Amino acid sequence: MPEIPVAAAPPHPMIPAPFCVQRVHREAPDTVTLELKPAKGGAAIAFAPGQFNMIYVFGVGEVPMSITGNPAQTDILVHTIRSVGAVSGALGKLKRGDIVGIRGPFGSNWPLEEAGGKDIVLVAGGIGLAPLRPVLYHILSNRAKYGDVFLLYGGRTPHDLLYKKELQRWRSQSSFQVEVTVDRAPASWHGTVGVVTTLVRKVALNPRRVVAVICGPEIMMRFTVREIERRGIARSQIYIFMERNMKCAVGFCGRCQFGPNFICKEGPVFRADRILPLLAIREL
Amino acid sequence: METLEGILAEHPFAKDLDKRYLALLVGCAANVRFDPGQFIFREGKEAKQFYLIRHGKIALEVFAASAGEITIMTLGAGEVLGWSWLFPPYQWKFDARAVETSLAIALDAQCLRTKCEADHDLGYELLKRFAFMVEQRLDSTRLQLLNAYEFHA
Repeated sequence: MPEIPVAAAPPHPMIPAPFCVQRVHREAPDTVTLELKPAKGGAAIAFAPGQFNMIYVFGVGEVPMSITGNPAQTDILVHTIRSVGAVSGALGKLKRGDIVGIRGPFGSNWPLEEAGGKDIVLVAGGIGLAPLRPVLYHILSNRAKYGDVFLLYGGRTPHDLLYKKELQRWRSQSSFQVEVTVDRAPASWHGTVGVVTTLVRKVALNPRRVVAVICGPEIMMRFTVREIERRGIARSQIYIFMERNMKCAVGFCGRCQFGPNFICKEGPVFRADRILPLLAIREL
Repeated sequence: METLEGILAEHPFAKDLDKRYLALLVGCAANVRFDPGQFIFREGKEAKQFYLIRHGKIALEVFAASAGEITIMTLGAGEVLGWSWLFPPYQWKFDARAVETSLAIALDAQCLRTKCEADHDLGYELLKRFAFMVEQRLDSTRLQLLNAYEFHA
């Protein structure tokens, strides 16, 4: 049985290693998944679910991106990228054979160790499913290690949903419960319509033995934590994924400082009771 | 065979409801079934009932000439469909259409309003339950309006 992957640190954190694009898969009109391999016989990157890399598009710039592949499959590095700015836009235009620079992995990981033997509810909003996908891969490879598992996924429209084929496969496997909703839909959509928090009300969660992991826009995570707390689940059992602008990714530059935390170093995964109070302070 | 009272008592809306009130509700209740595509009510028509959904999926829709049918939200097992029966002029503000074969308990609005006027304790109990549901829906609508996914990467 595979071990729980531990958060890894790169040997040379400030030097990008060249990686070659092996495959580009378009997930949605503005979102692609890139599969990368080390160029020139470079070393593969082992990571723990939740960790991220800095991806450098030469001549354009560098951005932090969650690793979205299978942590047990280290020969290939997978990133899912939504084009919203100059660098992510450039990443969205890459083709097979293009080279990018990778620094990483960085940051903290989802609490797979603590969740052992417990139920897990994963709540993802939009592109937030990407950093949670490695958790699902790990659970599927270690199914007996965990109790009931629920994936609650919300997107803006049916077109924006990620990993549609995998969602179907996960649903049909029924080794965990998958619920998907969209905020807006035409009448031709036969799935659920409503915000992702409505899904939290629809699943049978046992407050005494569940760990909740949430990833999505900050406002969505705040609403979701509130809904989960309504179910009697303590904040200490809830983990959220924080994002801030990052530069160095190793806690030197202070760009991502948030109160006493560096998001790149102490985060991006935080226990909700330790980070949520800070979100209420506007000055931060 | 399961009684209507038993079915009603199992619905989350009626959870921990006093047996006396449950009996009053049963007097206004009926089992209903909707086929996929069937309209349950249409915008502008009189809101004569509301529904406790037991099974299936029901879409609340609005029709706009420029965009066709737009689904506002879907409701499923354990949820409540309709509160326009509670407030004058008792008219539906949206269309409701079954997406899947759906089973529900229909509660007659006039019957229930009359009982609530006669027994304000029952009225207060029901209003508390509706207010909770409305608060949840308002919360969801606020999150929907924030369009949180728009710029998230």
